[in-house]
Amino acid sequence: MNSRKELLQVRELETTFFTDDGAIPAVDHISFSLKEGEILGIVGESGCGKSVTSLSIMGLVPSPPGKITSGEILLDGKDLTKLSQKEMRKIRGQEIAMIFQEPMTSLNPLFTIGNQLTEAILIHHKSWSKKKASARAVEMMKLVGLPRAEELLKEYPHQLSGGMRQRVMIAMALVCDPKILIADEPTTALDVTIQAQILQLMKDLNVRLNTAVMLITHDLGVVAETCERVIVMYNGQIVEEGPVELIFKNPEHPYTKGLIHSVPDMRFKKQRLFSISGNVPKPGTVKQGCRFAARCEYAFDRCQQENPNLYQTAEQHKTRCFLKEGKEASLDDRTAIESK
Amino acid sequence: MTEPLLKVNNLKKYFPIRKGILGREQGSIKAVDDVSFYVNEGETLGIVGESGCGKSTTGRMIMRLLDPTEGSIEFEGKDLAKLSNAEMRKARREIQMVFQDPYASLNPRHSIGKILEEPLIVHGLGDSKERKRRVNELLEIVGLSSYHAKRYPHQFSGGQRQRVGIARALMTNPKLIIADEPVSALDVSIQAQVLNLMQDLQQDLKLTYIFIAHDLGVVRHISDRVGVMYLGKMVELAESEQLYNQPLHPYSKGLLSAVPVPDPDFKREQILLTGDIPSPSNPPRGCTFHTRCPFKMDACTSEVPGLVEVEKGHSVACHLYDERFNNDI
Repeated sequence: MNSRKELLQVRELETTFFTDDGAIPAVDHISFSLKEGEILGIVGESGCGKSVTSLSIMGLVPSPPGKITSGEILLDGKDLTKLSQKEMRKIRGQEIAMIFQEPMTSLNPLFTIGNQLTEAILIHHKSWSKKKASARAVEMMKLVGLPRAEELLKEYPHQLSGGMRQRVMIAMALVCDPKILIADEPTTALDVTIQAQILQLMKDLNVRLNTAVMLITHDLGVVAETCERVIVMYNGQIVEEGPVELIFKNPEHPYTKGLIHSVPDMRFKKQRLFSISGNVPKPGTVKQGCRFAARCEYAFDRCQQENPNLYQTAEQHKTRCFLKEGKEASLDDRTAIESK
Repeated sequence: MTEPLLKVNNLKKYFPIRKGILGREQGSIKAVDDVSFYVNEGETLGIVGESGCGKSTTGRMIMRLLDPTEGSIEFEGKDLAKLSNAEMRKARREIQMVFQDPYASLNPRHSIGKILEEPLIVHGLGDSKERKRRVNELLEIVGLSSYHAKRYPHQFSGGQRQRVGIARALMTNPKLIIADEPVSALDVSIQAQVLNLMQDLQQDLKLTYIFIAHDLGVVRHISDRVGVMYLGKMVELAESEQLYNQPLHPYSKGLLSAVPVPDPDFKREQILLTGDIPSPSNPPRGCTFHTRCPFKMDACTSEVPGLVEVEKGHSVACHLYDERFNNDI
């Protein structure tokens, strides 16, 4: 698993929103990489910066007010933050594709499914005939498990159910064989039985096409069942990163622990749920110290003053907490990752 | 045994489909179709189901925010379905509702104090001083402070707003609270806070809950008994432990196995339900679930199964448990 090539590297990325209330760093110096063919989960609560991270990678941060203020996003050695709009358009779809939470808002209600799918194909394959494009569209629709693909080409988005629309979105995203698929809460708007179908489809496609998937979600259950590696974000920063088994069995950061224990488990009844006190802070409101200190049951004086680094506690496990300082895994070659 | 606090019998809600310039009735959407259940005093009945199954419509009919097409709703010996609007308004003192989106259900132009005071004014309870005292008392009970009374809804976070929503429901000291997806708009860490609060309040104030949600984990956590709805019908109703450990209806089985569990080691036999939920305007004949059911028989396409008690306290609407069809399952 380690030997797999790193497809995408995000280094010290900072995305700031310049609002009337001042500059708000929604994503605050985060670094991670996405490996070939893996499913990486990014999990966190509202306002933690998980969606802004994905929009930054796609070059879709609404600007103004948003802007990537520092850091780099490397794809095959190219820094995506430096590309022009025109160059970025080539990356989107062909190299990195994205699907969103609500498929109805991502599809144009005035055009048929066939129209929209072939448009996506023809933009990237200018020399193709319409016939060839629609044959490819049918092929893609069969790939994502849509029934009666030929008829569906002539139908409009409103005639499809939520699950079918999300399948169309996945077909459209995969139409140019991207290396990376970013899925931002792809199943949040769907019912559980449909969610199970879509997650299964994404896992199948990941294996079949070897597309790396970055799955952004707030649902820890979805992460546990779908991902290999997971990044936990809190208030614009990565607080913990590691393989799914480690994070769920041996969570290190107090926030990750709290989050896992707050979820009601369907398999047995807990007498009382663990709950993290306080509220989810708005981005940019914690100016000093650890972002989580105000809600943390282990917090001590130093947590109020300094923000801890992301400490490497095991080969693939990193945690941003002073409790882990000095407990890093044997670090001959690996020093604690510096962060701001 | 004591009488249940609420008894719902053969409740139906059909929404007419009108078409053409004359608006003739062209059929109906059977949002809730012949649902019966009861709720005992002090317990929590959870109602789960996917979108369009009629769980919210059921809750709204008990509050009489929607008038039932047929059926009765007995609450403390009165049939709520037959009350006039004025009588119902009085009855709502005993039955209150907590909504999903606290932002949409709190008036942005009113201070929290005013929002909380309003139910007391409507029901003519107390004088100005007493009302203020009650507002402060309730704010403390739900974990806010009396100084919050002067603030406006936009100054609160989602979790705090839901606390205000709960406080408002409790103002008139009701017996029954209908909570319609009260935590589904909240972040996980806040969701746990609100669920704990609701459990504490239930113990302290002897409340009875009808808890409507789509999240099966949340429903198990809070409910004593759980009803599963599908396309306007109650397909299974049992003690929460029974239902989750041994679901009988194929839909309940599929639903439970579809929920992602936050444990990567957890392996299970997954029953992946295929297909989509059919439209309630044109539900399948016979058992409404037969189009997605892996155990379909001939009878399922023609005969509607009734909700039958197969074990003590465990009812299911499925032909598989009907002796006439003599099954081994």
